[in-house]
Amino acid sequence: MTDAEIKALQAKEKKEVTPAAEQTRPGPVFTPAVDIFETEKAMTLLADMPGVKGKDLSIDLHESVLTLSGEVAAPEAEDEADVFREYRTGQYFREFTLSEVIDQSKIQAELKDGVLRLTLPKVEAATPRKITVKTG
Amino acid sequence: MLLRRIGNWPRLDWGFRSSLDELERMRRQMDWLSESLPGRFLAEPFAGVFPLVNVTEDKDRFVVRAELPGIKPDELEISVTGNNLSISGERKLEPEDAGAKYHRREREAGKFSRVISLPAPVDADKVEAHSAEGILTIVLPKAEIAKPKQIAIKTS
Repeated sequence: MTDAEIKALQAKEKKEVTPAAEQTRPGPVFTPAVDIFETEKAMTLLADMPGVKGKDLSIDLHESVLTLSGEVAAPEAEDEADVFREYRTGQYFREFTLSEVIDQSKIQAELKDGVLRLTLPKVEAATPRKITVKTG
Repeated sequence: MLLRRIGNWPRLDWGFRSSLDELERMRRQMDWLSESLPGRFLAEPFAGVFPLVNVTEDKDRFVVRAELPGIKPDELEISVTGNNLSISGERKLEPEDAGAKYHRREREAGKFSRVISLPAPVDADKVEAHSAEGILTIVLPKAEIAKPKQIAIKTS
């Protein structure tokens, strides 16, 4: 395979879930693709949630369970007829359990171009600290 | 008859009632199966090329929408040739700290290029595209010959 083939992006259908509780709004519910990585100071979560505006995104934290929920309005106007449809629009929903090292009061969220970036700073005590030794 | 009086044993009853119960049971099982299996409808076409698009039309134009999270509008190339709309670009993931350790990696990056054939000719000069919240919307006005013409019926 040439390099160009290896780097081509594959189309993936969105993963649909049946949520545990029934939804008040009808429509499919999808799990957003998420990257989670950790540095010394914080954990960062990046979620692909295209179509969600800031006001329709809710991030809840309750007993160390982080819940991401985004509503997407159907973008088509009333008089548009489908020629072909390859993806469906629906809500995004995903839950994570945070470990105790996260300082829950300092979580920051930023939504840009349909990607949510959540920064979860670690509690001070969990960041490794180098202790310098004074010699004298 | 005698069989019907022996409690509620539908399987022993060879009469009219048992065949309906059997169908009822099967219907309930099928409903349960179709509810508990999430997944896409088999009728959806799947070209398998990124990005997946939805194309809709009204009498004056086509609208093509694609979900492209994290892709800035100036990283996209959109062009129209005849009936074909071509979208290409590259999705890059933001480079993070060199020391970052990944716990989960589900988002993908890479180049993509796709040509979408529209069922009618469009006016290439008037095509507009805009991107908001990661959704790219391209509006392609139909060429004059493709718009439906109302035909008046003359009555004498």
